[in-house]
Amino acid sequence: MSLVVASVTKKFARFPALRGASFVAPQGAFVSLLGPSGSGKTTLLRILGGLEVADTGSVRFADLNWLDMPARTRNAGFVFQQYALFRHMTVADNIAFGLKVRPRDMRPSRADIKKRVTDLLALVQLAGLEDRYPSQLSGGQRQRVALARALAIEPRMLLLDEPFGALDTKVRKELRADLRRIHDHAGVTTVFVTHDQEEAFAVADLVAVMRDGRIEQYGTPQDVRRDPKTAFVSDFLSA
Amino acid sequence: MNKIFSKPTEDPLWLKLTLGIIAVGFIAIMLLMPLVLVFKEALASGVRTFFSAMVEPDTLAAVKLSLLAAAIAVPLNTVFGIAAAWSIAKFDFRGKTFLVTLIDLPFSVSPVVAGLVYVLVFGMQGWLGPTLAGYDIRVLFALPGIVLATIFVTFPFVARELIPLMVDQGRDEEEAAATLGASGFQTFMRVTLPNIKWGLLYGILLCNARALGEFGAVSVLSGHIRGQTNTMPLHVELLYNNYDYTGAFAVAALLAMLALLTLALKSFLEWRYADELAASHRH
Repeated sequence: MSLVVASVTKKFARFPALRGASFVAPQGAFVSLLGPSGSGKTTLLRILGGLEVADTGSVRFADLNWLDMPARTRNAGFVFQQYALFRHMTVADNIAFGLKVRPRDMRPSRADIKKRVTDLLALVQLAGLEDRYPSQLSGGQRQRVALARALAIEPRMLLLDEPFGALDTKVRKELRADLRRIHDHAGVTTVFVTHDQEEAFAVADLVAVMRDGRIEQYGTPQDVRRDPKTAFVSDFLSA
Repeated sequence: MNKIFSKPTEDPLWLKLTLGIIAVGFIAIMLLMPLVLVFKEALASGVRTFFSAMVEPDTLAAVKLSLLAAAIAVPLNTVFGIAAAWSIAKFDFRGKTFLVTLIDLPFSVSPVVAGLVYVLVFGMQGWLGPTLAGYDIRVLFALPGIVLATIFVTFPFVARELIPLMVDQGRDEEEAAATLGASGFQTFMRVTLPNIKWGLLYGILLCNARALGEFGAVSVLSGHIRGQTNTMPLHVELLYNNYDYTGAFAVAALLAMLALLTLALKSFLEWRYADELAASHRH
C-alpha cells in the first residue's frame, strides 16, 4: 500500500521539468517536496494528481498503476495554491461537489451529504459558514474550505500545492498545525509542496529536497537537517 | 487665493467641461438624434399610417424571414462560440493563434465580400452549386443562403465575448472538478457554464441584434425577391428606393425597437442580478 515513484520525467516544450524523480513513501506518510522554484516539485505533484502526464517513469500506489488512471478515478484530493474554489457555489456546495458528481448508485443521500459537510466544516474549524460564498471569506478560510472539499471525497491521497503560499505567517502556522492534525486523524497519504524549509520540516514525516527536476536528498527532517548529502542541500537549508 | 497643491488626479475645470461637452455632444449627434428621427419619420403621417405600413404582407414576410434567420443562426453560433472559446481557453494546441485570428475574420472582412464568396461556392457557376441543384437544393436567393450569410457575419460575437472571460478565469476550477471525480460533461455543466453565463448571455444578445440587422452579406445572397427573400434591412432599402418613406421608416423603427429591446433586456438582467454578477468576478 505504499507510494512508489520511479524515475518520472517530464518535458515542457524544450524545458525538462523532471529528469527522473524517484521516492518511496509508506502508506499514511506525510511527505514534503521542498525546493526552489523551477525545481520540478509542483510538476511532480500535478503528475501524482493526474493534472499533467509524465513522459516516462512509473508510479505505483495501493497496488494500482497510478499513471494509467485518469485524474477523476484516482480519488486524490488536490489543494491548489490559489484555492480554486467554485466561485458561484456556496461553501456547502463546494464541499459537497465531489459527492454530488458521483454516479447515482455511489452517491450518498442528501441528508448524508449535508451531515458530511457539517462534520467537515467542524473539522476545518469553520462551523456555520455553509451559506457563504468564497468571495466573502478570507484567504485562510478559503484554503480551509478547499481542504474540506478535498477531504469530502474520502481521498486515497491528499496533494497540496503550496497551499499556504498566499497567506501571512500567523495564518500559515495555524493552518499547518491543523493540516497535520487532520492528516493524523484521516490517515491519508499526503504529499505537500513548499519552498519554505521551516514549513516542510515542521509538518512532514519525510522531506524530499528537489533541484533541477531530481530529488537531491530524501529522508526524515532530522536526518536531512543533521546530515545534508550535497552542497546544494546544505546551502539551501542554511539560506 | 491660489491653490498651490491639487490632487494629482484632479484636472482643471475647463478641461473637464470641454471633454464632457465633446462626449455628450458626440453621443447626442451621432447616436441619439438618428434614433429619435427614425421614430419621428415613422410616425410623421400619423399612427394609423404607421401601423398599416407595418401589417403590409411584404413587410410581415420580411419580419418573419429576419426572425427565422436569426432563430437558426444565433443558436448555431452560440454552440460554435462556446466550443471555440472552450478549446482556446482551456487547452494548448498548435495553431491556436491562427484559430483566434480566423474567428475575427468576419469582423475584418467586408460583409459584401463574404456574400460574394458564398456566391462563388454555391452559385450555378460555383463549386457546389450545380451538384446541389441536381438534388433540387437552392442555396442562393433562398433561406439557406440568407442563413449562411447571417452565420458568417455574426460568428465572432459569442466567441469574442467568452474568450477573454474564460482565459481570465483559468483552468483551476476545471482541474479541481476533475480531481474531485467530475466527468468532462459534469465539469462543463456545473463549473464552466455557470461561470460564463453572463458573458454568454451578453454575447447571444449582441449576436441576435446583429443577425436581425445584417445587410451587406445577406443583400448579395438573397436576390431581393419581395415577400420571399427580403429580410427587414433589405425591405427598408427597397421601400426607401421606391419612395415609400413612411413604410421604410416604419420598418426601420421596428428594427430600432428590437435593438432597444435587446439593450433594455441586458440592462434589466444586469440590474436584477447585480449581486450575483459581482460575486462571479474573480475574488
